[in-house]
Amino acid sequence: MKRRDALKKTGFIFGGSIAGSALLFQVGCNSKTSDSVGFFSLDQINFLNEVGETILPQTDTPGAKEANVGAFMAVVVRDCYTPENQKEFIEGMDKINSLSKNSYKQSFVACTEQQRTELLSILDEEGDDYFKLIKNLTLTGYYTSQVGATQFLNYNPAPGYYDGCLAQKPW
Amino acid sequence: MKNDNTYDAIVIGTGISGGWAAKELCEKGLKTLVLDRGRDVKHIVDYEDLKAPWELPHRGLKTQEDIRLSPIQSGVYNYNEVSKKYFVNDLDQPYEQVKPFEWARGYQVGGRSLIWGRQCYRRSEIDFLANSKDGFGVDWPIGYKDIAPWYDYVEPFVGVSGSLEGLPHLPDGKFQPPMPMNCVEKEVADRVRKGFTDGRMIINGRTANHTKKIGSRGPCLYRGKCESGCSYGGYFSSNSATLPAAIATGNMTLRPFSVVKEIIYDKEKRRAKGVRVIDSETLEVHEYFSNVIFLNASTLNSTLILLNSVSDAFPNGLGNGSEQIGHNLMDMPYGAGARGSFEGHEDKYTYGSRPTGIFVPRFRNINKETERKDFLRGYTFQGGASRRRIEDAPGIGAKLKEKIAEAGGWEMGITAWGEHLPYYDNKVTLHKENKDKFGMPILKIDCEFKENEKAMLEDMKNSAAEILEMGGIKNIETYNWNKIPGSCIHETGTARMGLDPKTSVLNKWNQMHEVNNVFITDGSAMASSGCTPGPSITYMALTARAVDYAVSEMKKGNIR
Repeated sequence: MKRRDALKKTGFIFGGSIAGSALLFQVGCNSKTSDSVGFFSLDQINFLNEVGETILPQTDTPGAKEANVGAFMAVVVRDCYTPENQKEFIEGMDKINSLSKNSYKQSFVACTEQQRTELLSILDEEGDDYFKLIKNLTLTGYYTSQVGATQFLNYNPAPGYYDGCLAQKPW
Repeated sequence: MKNDNTYDAIVIGTGISGGWAAKELCEKGLKTLVLDRGRDVKHIVDYEDLKAPWELPHRGLKTQEDIRLSPIQSGVYNYNEVSKKYFVNDLDQPYEQVKPFEWARGYQVGGRSLIWGRQCYRRSEIDFLANSKDGFGVDWPIGYKDIAPWYDYVEPFVGVSGSLEGLPHLPDGKFQPPMPMNCVEKEVADRVRKGFTDGRMIINGRTANHTKKIGSRGPCLYRGKCESGCSYGGYFSSNSATLPAAIATGNMTLRPFSVVKEIIYDKEKRRAKGVRVIDSETLEVHEYFSNVIFLNASTLNSTLILLNSVSDAFPNGLGNGSEQIGHNLMDMPYGAGARGSFEGHEDKYTYGSRPTGIFVPRFRNINKETERKDFLRGYTFQGGASRRRIEDAPGIGAKLKEKIAEAGGWEMGITAWGEHLPYYDNKVTLHKENKDKFGMPILKIDCEFKENEKAMLEDMKNSAAEILEMGGIKNIETYNWNKIPGSCIHETGTARMGLDPKTSVLNKWNQMHEVNNVFITDGSAMASSGCTPGPSITYMALTARAVDYAVSEMKKGNIR
C-alpha cells in the first residue's frame, strides 16, 4: 500500500501542473485525417483501447479492446459531448500519460499490465471527473458493442415474451 | 364544380385521430383525400428498428447537433438516435413560449402515433360530469353511455391489452390479455389491495401493445424499441393499422408534404368548401374540395389552421363565433411520485422489455369518502418494479467485470398523471408578426399550471409514498420532476365540445356549431382533460363516432 500512497501523492502533486502543459495529444476538428476517427488519431484510439482494456480486461469473455471502445469514445466525444466535457476528456487523456511518465518513466501504453492497473485503480479511487467520463464510456461502449452485447451479455433482439419471475439471470 | 381536386371527404392530419378518420371514411365508401404536412413513413419499409445498437454510430445517444437543432424535442423522454427522425427540427418549426411550454411534435405521415406512450384508458362518467359538478369549463355534451359503444368498436382493432377490474371510475374495455406483473409487483399489489379501505389498488397497465395477433399485426415481442417504429406491428400506430386499412379500400388518396394553410369557407352556402394547401417541397399552393372535412392536425396545429382561416363571415377564425378557439388549453400535471427498494425475491429476475407497467386507478374525489379539501378532481399512477444489472461499480479489472455481471436489488416506483382544469386564460394565439418558412403565423403558447394542479402534485408525492409503504417498499423517497406544461404531451381543449354555441366550438358529434361540414376529433375537442393518461383512445372513439354521424348526415342530405 505504500507504493499506492506514493503514487496517489505524486498524482495529486503532478495533477495540478498538467492543465497548463502542452497537450501531449494534438486534438481538434482540423486534425481529422483518413487515419483517424472522430477527434482522435489511431494512436489515441489505441491508447483509449488500452485504458479500456485495463478497466474491462479480457477474462473468459472479451475485453474492451476487442470491443474497440476507443473508436466509440472518439465518435461520442466529438459528437455527443459538450465543449466542456470534450476539454475535460482530452486533458484527462494527457493526465493519464503524464502520471504514467512521472511514475513509471514511460507512456501508459508502454507500461506493464500491473503498472496500468495500479495507476488506473488509483484514479478510480480518487474519482476525478475525467476518469469517470472515460470509465463511463468504456462501460457503455462495451455493453453496446457486438462482442460485449453478445459475448459478455446475452443479447436477444426479440425476447418474444415477458417473464416477471425468472429463476436465473437473463444476461 | 367537379374536377381532379374534388373528393367526398378531406382529412387533415394522419396521427392517431386522422388515421381513424381516414380508415372510417374510406371504409364507408367515401373517396377521401388524406393530407399530412410531412413526408410519408411506410410501415416496416421506413423503420430502423432492426438495427443492433452497434450498428448505430452513437449507439443510440443524441448528439450536440441534435440538441442544437431540436432543443425542445431532444428533451422528450423517447427521443434518441433512431426515433429522432420522427420529431421536428425546432429551429425550422418555431413557436413562442409566453410561458414555458414544451411542445413535442412529429411532422410525418403517422404523426405522433409512431412515438406515443400507447397507454389506453377510457374516460368514465366521473370525467364527463366533472365540469358540470365543479363549474370549471363547460358541460360535456356527451356522457359515458354515448361513447362506450365506440370504445367497444375501436379497442379490438387497436389491440389494447389490459385486465378487467369492474371499476365505475375506470371502465373496462374489449381487451386482449394483460401484460403480466412481475413477482414484486404482484406481492406489492396484493398488500395494497388488502391494506387500503379507500379503494387504492394496483392493476396491470392498459396499453396498445398487442398480446395477441391482429391480422398481420403483432404480437409484441418485448424488444423495448417502440419509438423506433415496429416492424412486427407490435403496437398500434396509424402507419401499422389505420392507414393500411384505408389504403386497402382503394378510396384513399394520401398527399404528404401538404401544409394546410386554411379551410376555405363558402359564405353563400354556409359551408366549408375545401382546403388551401402549401406543398412543403415546391411551395406551390393548391386547392382541394370536398363535401366534408375532418380536422385532425393535433390540438395546437388544428387551432392554428382554424385561426388562420379568416373570412368575412369569420374574421376571428373559422367557426369562432364563441371566441373559444385557442382557449382552455390543457395538458396534464405529471411527474410527482415516490420510489424505493424491495427486499426479497433475490433469486428472481425479469426477462423481456415490457412496454407497459402497473397502474393505480383514481382514488381521490371519487365519492364522499374520498373527497379532498385541497384540490378538485383526480389523478392516477403509472409505475413498476424492476431489477437491473449493475451497470457501474467502483473498481477496475476482472473484479469490475464480475461486479457488472451481477444484479442490483429490486426497485419500485410510481409516478402520477393528473387532471388539468380548463382555464380560459390558458391559451394559444397567432403571432402577429412572426411567420414560419411557409408564411404561416407561428403560435404563441400561454399556458400554466395553477393552484389546483400544484396542490394535486403535492398530494401525489404523499399518496405515492403511502401506497409504496403499504406494499412493503423500503427506503422510500418522494420526488416532483417539476414538469412544465406541454411535457406530458397531452395538449387538449382549444376547440372544445359543448352544448351551447356561445361557449363552445363543437357540438356533441364533434361537428362545428357554425360550420356543419367540418368535424374536429383530435385532442382540441376535449372539454376537460380527464384524470387518467392515455387520452388517445378517446380521440379514436370520438373519431369513429363522428364519422358514423357525418356519413349518415351526408346520406340524409344534411351535409353536402
